[in-house]
Amino acid sequence: MRGVASPPIKVLVAKIGLDGHDRGIKVIARFLRDEGMEVVYLGMRLTAEQIAAAAAEEDPDVVGVSLLSGAHLRLMPKLVDALKAQELHGRVLLVAGGTIPEKDVEPLRRMGVDGVFPVGAPMASIADFIKRGVRQD
Amino acid sequence: MGLSAENKSDRIAGLRRDWEKGELSAALARTPESRSRFRTLSGIEVGGLYTPDDVREKEYEADLGFPGAYPFTRGAYPTMYRARPWTRRQIAGFGTARSTNERFRFLLAHGQTGLSTDFDHPTLTGYDSDDDLAEGEVGRVGVAIDTIHDMDQLFDSVPLDSVGISFTINHPAITMLSMFLGVAESRGVPWHRLRGTVQNDGLKEFFGQKTYALPPRPSLKLTTDIVEYCTRRVPNWYTISISGYHTREAGASAVQELAFTLSQGMAYVESTMERGLEVDEFAPRLSFFFGCHNDLFEEVAKFRAARRIWARVMKERYDAKSPESMRMRFHTQTLGSTLVREGPMNNITRGAFQALAAVLGGTQSLHVSGYDEAYDIPSEDAMKVSLATQLVLAHETNVANTVDPLAGSYFVESLTDRIEEEAWSYINTIESMGDGSMVRGMLDAIESGYIESEIANTAFQYATDIESGDYVVVGVNEYHEEPEQPGEMFEFDEEEEGRQLAHLAEVRRTRSNGEVERALSEIRRGVEAHANIFQPVLDAVRSSATEGEIMGTLRDAYGEHVDPGVF
Repeated sequence: MRGVASPPIKVLVAKIGLDGHDRGIKVIARFLRDEGMEVVYLGMRLTAEQIAAAAAEEDPDVVGVSLLSGAHLRLMPKLVDALKAQELHGRVLLVAGGTIPEKDVEPLRRMGVDGVFPVGAPMASIADFIKRGVRQD
Repeated sequence: MGLSAENKSDRIAGLRRDWEKGELSAALARTPESRSRFRTLSGIEVGGLYTPDDVREKEYEADLGFPGAYPFTRGAYPTMYRARPWTRRQIAGFGTARSTNERFRFLLAHGQTGLSTDFDHPTLTGYDSDDDLAEGEVGRVGVAIDTIHDMDQLFDSVPLDSVGISFTINHPAITMLSMFLGVAESRGVPWHRLRGTVQNDGLKEFFGQKTYALPPRPSLKLTTDIVEYCTRRVPNWYTISISGYHTREAGASAVQELAFTLSQGMAYVESTMERGLEVDEFAPRLSFFFGCHNDLFEEVAKFRAARRIWARVMKERYDAKSPESMRMRFHTQTLGSTLVREGPMNNITRGAFQALAAVLGGTQSLHVSGYDEAYDIPSEDAMKVSLATQLVLAHETNVANTVDPLAGSYFVESLTDRIEEEAWSYINTIESMGDGSMVRGMLDAIESGYIESEIANTAFQYATDIESGDYVVVGVNEYHEEPEQPGEMFEFDEEEEGRQLAHLAEVRRTRSNGEVERALSEIRRGVEAHANIFQPVLDAVRSSATEGEIMGTLRDAYGEHVDPGVF
């Protein structure tokens, strides 16, 4: 449990792949910042390796990626592997959001994605998930 | 207005005051209004009642006029849908060219009257299907096009001289259009018979669609190269589809969409005039593309204001003489971002209202987004419903019987004026950033992050309004429904990527690499000479150079854009 004096939850967010839909991730980034978290937005068009390398450098509690490209079943395992290579998988809370059909949510969780938030998920539900997940660490 | 009109207006204002003291206050005493402020989605305050007093400053002739005539407020053409219905143009694209070609033929068989092409992310951003960055995204959200051979396959059995064709592509537009012209040439279709549109709107890529391939300045140069080349060689082609749709999807309000889109348009007009072309030579082949949200009257007002501002800008600022240069024509797409996962069939209703607004606003062509788009790219079922929405609107509702039916509504006219004013305030800000030049103004507004942060603020406010329940979205924050995947979803065929890679490998193996290399060095030479590079790009695609090779050559020459990550 984090006390009053503990540092804020640090969240690293990024767009993975070539997809340009960045409206959602920017809105979420701002919402999480307003919730008192430290938010680092890496920007867009990033590879799994680039995101994992940035995570190794920034040492966040949470890595959140957004993709509305439909490529989540291909790109998320790559990100999980890249985080494992940095020995970060399991140490950071991994969250994905975007155009993700219901049927893909469980497969993503099994691949090692901790939280999946399809388009339209309430922002507060994402913040709550992060707060709960990070406190359990 | 004459004296008698003034008197009449004063009399109405007086009567209104009496009504407010009488009937209105009595009604409010019994049942107060449900909220303290009523606003459009752009945040414009809306009153409970509009009267002739709200439009007393209007001059019918100068501000409204007649459809098909300056200032075009009432419509682009004199007869509008009485002569010809709007073009039903559902966009399509997925997988390989062969798969998209099948969807094209399906749409043509189901009443579609034009074709519109969606490209996958690698194609949109200028990478080949076999690039490392393309992994998992080949053919995923659009069709994968690597070479002229894919383009040929895409339009197999499609009569290029009678079906209007639209390409939603921007920074790599020069490669896709070259491939298309090459295909037309090989089929013996003369270029002057081609009718269609290439989006080619490089500037909005930095704050709207975000599928940029090059930095702002080179992208503007390429946009202008296409305008210059086509004006001379492909005279009936629409050279830019100046787009607000993606800006709106990125979170902009109706006012912001209008203002930024018109500013882009002005920048393109100025950059083309700097090449020595007369405005009336090229402006008639510029078209527009807007989104349409749920706020019906605001959208109608936006479309009417758009036509009026553009007509005035073209005539007064750029000294256009031909009405064709002042006549704004536009395509509309109902906004995918308004569609929700909770109760997805309700999205059909949203699409229908948005389509109605587009038609009442006088659109020239229309795409109704699929009800299942919050889940995946639309299924064939969803596209059939979208087309049927358009057919019901066209044939059963009678809304197309008369031109600009909402004209003269005190509210709609007043809202049209208000949106025009607010759009001008943005345009003037951008103009002052460029010291009077819209080219410099737009580049500065992009490079400084001004436009992105304006849009991000609106997007955040909208999300917050939904989160707080201030803006009700049925099924989402009131009248709750569970997310429920609609019936038959689009099934992406995972084998498509492999097929495309095999096809590309075959092209690379059988072409003359020496010829490709020579063609690419011609492009390099063109860039160094600051020349129009359309011809060298055309020669390169004819030699089977890939999109990625051509765009890679340009990236090497011009550098790459890094998103500033404004939020």
